Amino acid sequence: MSALLALSGVTAFYGAIQALRGIDLTVDQGEIVTLIGANGAGKSTLMMTICGNPRARSGKIVHDGQDITNWPTHQIMRRGLAQAPEGRRIFNRMSVHENLLMGAEVAGRSDIAGLLEQVFTLFPRLKERINQRGGTLSGGEQQMLAIGRALMSRPRLLLLDEPSLGLAPLVVRQIFGAIRELNRTTGLTVLLVEQNAYQALRLAHRGYVLVNGSITMAGTGAELLARPEIRAAYLEGGA
Amino acid sequence: MAYALQQLINGVTLGMIYGLIAVGYTMVYGIIGMINFAHGDVFMVGSFLSLIALLGLAALGITSVPLALALTLLFAAAIAALYGWTVERVAYRPLRGSFRLAPLISAIGMSITLQNFVQVSQGARVKPIDAVIPGGIQLMDRGGFAVQLSWMQIAIVVITLTILAIFTWLVTRTPLGRTMRACEQDLKMAALLGIDTDRTISLTFVIGAALAAVAGFMFLLYYGVIDFYIGFIAGIKAFTAAVLGGIGSLPGAVLGGLLIGLIEVFWSAYFSVEYKDVAAFSILVIALIFLPTGILGRAEVEKV
Repeated sequence: MSALLALSGVTAFYGAIQALRGIDLTVDQGEIVTLIGANGAGKSTLMMTICGNPRARSGKIVHDGQDITNWPTHQIMRRGLAQAPEGRRIFNRMSVHENLLMGAEVAGRSDIAGLLEQVFTLFPRLKERINQRGGTLSGGEQQMLAIGRALMSRPRLLLLDEPSLGLAPLVVRQIFGAIRELNRTTGLTVLLVEQNAYQALRLAHRGYVLVNGSITMAGTGAELLARPEIRAAYLEGGA
Repeated sequence: MAYALQQLINGVTLGMIYGLIAVGYTMVYGIIGMINFAHGDVFMVGSFLSLIALLGLAALGITSVPLALALTLLFAAAIAALYGWTVERVAYRPLRGSFRLAPLISAIGMSITLQNFVQVSQGARVKPIDAVIPGGIQLMDRGGFAVQLSWMQIAIVVITLTILAIFTWLVTRTPLGRTMRACEQDLKMAALLGIDTDRTISLTFVIGAALAAVAGFMFLLYYGVIDFYIGFIAGIKAFTAAVLGGIGSLPGAVLGGLLIGLIEVFWSAYFSVEYKDVAAFSILVIALIFLPTGILGRAEVEKV
């Protein structure tokens, strides 16, 4: 079986600065794959490069058998990918309901009610806040909304960029629980970027370690958790 | 008292025209963060298109005034929308992602191009037309001063309010409007949700240009005289209105337009007609110094 998402030799630049140096990475159907690394390692750039903004300077990005390397962002996102990006990027001056509807733009106009119901089952808090403006939500609620909005497009591949950032441990557990639940029940494939390495590696089937724009290690979550250099760099004092 | 009432009526009428143009400035600023300096000239083009349509319809022997006006409005709005689309496509889209000043310079170039195009193709002399909707009602007559409310003024206010009501519905209640608001709030995120942001930006220019054409149509009817240069002053005043109301805010643009119209008319009535433009532009300076976010504008608050 070929991978749902495959990157080979991908490089990307921000102006003159090279952010990604030849990334090789695959995500198979039904997997949770995590990408861990320090601040500034290029994790978010990698997520955005998959979505075509910035475009890869060289290398190849293949989604579901189709080379999407040079596609414009909105066309890539119409192929069943969705991203809950860094910083959540909620539409602050729109209600929770409108934010979710924006997520359903690519799903067409059919069965919006069913999609909403699915998101509310996962995050009941959003239902309570349905008419509240996005900007007035707490950080945790905004993260739920960002994930909920991404799910509204019925994605097969969900890209999550640091969903745990700035959230209380209880909320993090709730969100990670929701990701595991989705993966188990619907077979949703997830690529998860995290600084919270311990939690992410425990959740994921496989993981990659990104250092200065290059992948330095790869393996199953358990394997990576057992590596002493991972423990030293990402887990000691943390977790 | 009667004199002031008359000025109020005149000011509101003028303010409506400024408000309609200001909406175009504020929409474009909201979505791509640039001031479209060619917008005033699209208004001028709309005014000329109205003139051409009115004369054409008269030549065709269409004598029903409401029908002629409706057809003129449609024609001017449609062709001006095409101009708006073309301006964005030719002068701004190729510069997207370039440094911030580039599209601004391009906008000034586009403004000069449109002015010269109309000057060359239509001639530089002023174009007068006869009053299309003559007459009015006399509200009161006190001390030999009659307060007039012309049919023309009523038509301008009614048409503007109708167009603004449709426009407000479009932006706040329809999926299309939601998409536009999403692009205005976060263009990058909108693209991540599968929205063709270039198309939405084009649409913003098209709608803004159509509204400017409506304003141009009413300007022609109200003043009865136009030339290729009207877009410059009216454009800068509408831009002032957008800044005063809070650039990026749609209700703010209309409110700013009304205020600028009123200020200009009252200044002319009580101080000096010669310096009415100075009054309007002083407001721009004062607003920029003391109220840079405008009356209904918002200071951006970021949540971390």
